[in-house]
Amino acid sequence: MSEIETFYDVMRRQGITRRSFMKYCTLTASALGLGPAFVPKIAHAMETKPRTPVIWVHGLECTCCSESFIRSAHPLAKDVVLSMISLDYDDTLMAAAGHAAEAAMADTIEKYKGNYILAVEGNPPLNEDGMFCISGGKPFVEKLKYAAKDAKAIISWGACASYGCVQAAAPNPTQATPVHKVITDKPIIKVPGCPPIAEVMTGVITYMLTFDRMPELDRQGRPAMFYGQRIHDKCYRRPHFDAGQFVEAWDDENSKKGYCLYKMGCKGPTTYNACSTVRWNEGVSFPIQSGHGCIGCSEDGFWDQGSFYDRVTDLTQFGVEANADKVGLAAAGVVGGGIALHTAVTALKAAQNKAQASSETNKEEA
Amino acid sequence: MKVEVEEPTTELQRPKIDFYSASVLTGDATAEDLETIKRHTSVYVYETPVRLWHWINAAAILVLCVTGWFIGNPPPTMEIGEATNQFVFGYIRFAHFAAAMVMTIGFFGRIYWSFVGNHHSKQMFRLPIHKAEWWKEVFFEMRWYMFLEKEPKKYVGHNPLAQIAMFFFMTLGMTFMIVTGFTLYAEGLGADHWLSTLTGPILALVGNSQVMHSLHHLGMWAIVIFVMIHIYAAIREDIMSRQSMVSTMLSGHRTFKDDRPE
Repeated sequence: MSEIETFYDVMRRQGITRRSFMKYCTLTASALGLGPAFVPKIAHAMETKPRTPVIWVHGLECTCCSESFIRSAHPLAKDVVLSMISLDYDDTLMAAAGHAAEAAMADTIEKYKGNYILAVEGNPPLNEDGMFCISGGKPFVEKLKYAAKDAKAIISWGACASYGCVQAAAPNPTQATPVHKVITDKPIIKVPGCPPIAEVMTGVITYMLTFDRMPELDRQGRPAMFYGQRIHDKCYRRPHFDAGQFVEAWDDENSKKGYCLYKMGCKGPTTYNACSTVRWNEGVSFPIQSGHGCIGCSEDGFWDQGSFYDRVTDLTQFGVEANADKVGLAAAGVVGGGIALHTAVTALKAAQNKAQASSETNKEEA
Repeated sequence: MKVEVEEPTTELQRPKIDFYSASVLTGDATAEDLETIKRHTSVYVYETPVRLWHWINAAAILVLCVTGWFIGNPPPTMEIGEATNQFVFGYIRFAHFAAAMVMTIGFFGRIYWSFVGNHHSKQMFRLPIHKAEWWKEVFFEMRWYMFLEKEPKKYVGHNPLAQIAMFFFMTLGMTFMIVTGFTLYAEGLGADHWLSTLTGPILALVGNSQVMHSLHHLGMWAIVIFVMIHIYAAIREDIMSRQSMVSTMLSGHRTFKDDRPE
């Protein structure tokens, strides 16, 4: 792979001074949550390693992952795409189109067998032989399998590739299926979110390039450094939660004061993501900071968890608008009514038996 | 006044000294009453650890249900002070977790006691579903509750229907609540905690923590329904059946209202 320049070469060629390069390494280290000792390590890796070829394919998706990715601030998406990785195929970002684009993919797969990273945005629909998503004239599932066969590792971008997202929500007519259920013989990193945070996306790539291995994954296959804690665990409104101070309505005084959004159905307590630490748009804000609860977009099947605005969410198994408490309360009501009825019958029956017994004794006496 | 009675023909041993004569002092004891109490009509069923567990467990469940309801549906916002000086919701959650710990340890203790305790202490954990006789009793008891039997039977321990309820709602139901509850609790402790290592696969099995919350909610309602039926049946049987119910869980002794053996 001698024809691929190292990262450092690319950066110097673009007129970046060594001082700026070191600044960039420092920023990357902090974006990854690493100590200062890692800065020279990152710099060294950048200076010596050739760029890793990446093939980025798009299945059933909305391109929000790409939209997020290109807004990464630390590191800048431009740096990632132009300097860090060698993005050899990405049908939404590349200049080539049509046959030329497809040829580029075949070329990369051929040239870097077993050495490229496959990034998947969206997922393949399996119903009707995959006909619900055609890419390059073929069902996307075929393209995915073809590209995955010789990949070193796969990154599942976003909720679509990781869990299925909205197109896999019940009843899932196209049978949209997350990547890990189609490709079972490759290491897969899930980076869920709708979209994932830009810095999380570039952070994962930077980690893989720097250390030449996958980041530590949790049980669900997500990078533990970004998905190890819930939004709730690091939420700046957490003191209001513990104090029992909640927003009761969207336009009330408590909302203005920035109280906890738990009662408004915030899914922060059940969502694993880095929003409350990394935040969005260069750390400007994140949903809760903007006054809206978390909708849990990085969780498995979040579209099927009822309303975004309820803590006790709807259970679709029990009809249109039933949640656990409503079902329970109804069941308890029925049982309570049953008990009352049973008591009444018991009393009546007892009275009847008593009357019978006394009439019998009366007869005997008579 | 001494009342003469005939020796009962059952195999029950009768003390030689006729100390029941003292009963006359109670005033309204009839000859028939004295005849009855001369027999040994009380059986020690629930040993002290079982009774202790029952009431601790009942208290814990009460706390858990009330605080659990408030965790899912928080009380109105209270502004006692700055958020730093106020811990209302924190205390509610603390009470929930503390009661859960008490309930869990109690449950483990109760399981232990089912091995070392008396025969009746095992009833809650083992259903003799392979015995045809037991099933006959189940159907008899169902008929009794459907008003199709004139007179209930005597039971020293749980009646078979109660045994089924105990097994499914308490033994299985509490296991379910402990497992789902601690899985949720472990989420707060963090992924590095040993409890998360233990409960992680359960969370992964369900997939989404929100689903786990819903399951835990439904479990609470199952227990609430059990409590309603349990209290109703205990009071009803105390009145209607031929044996003591409520006081048995206080004293441990099952007493019978008549002396017919069946």
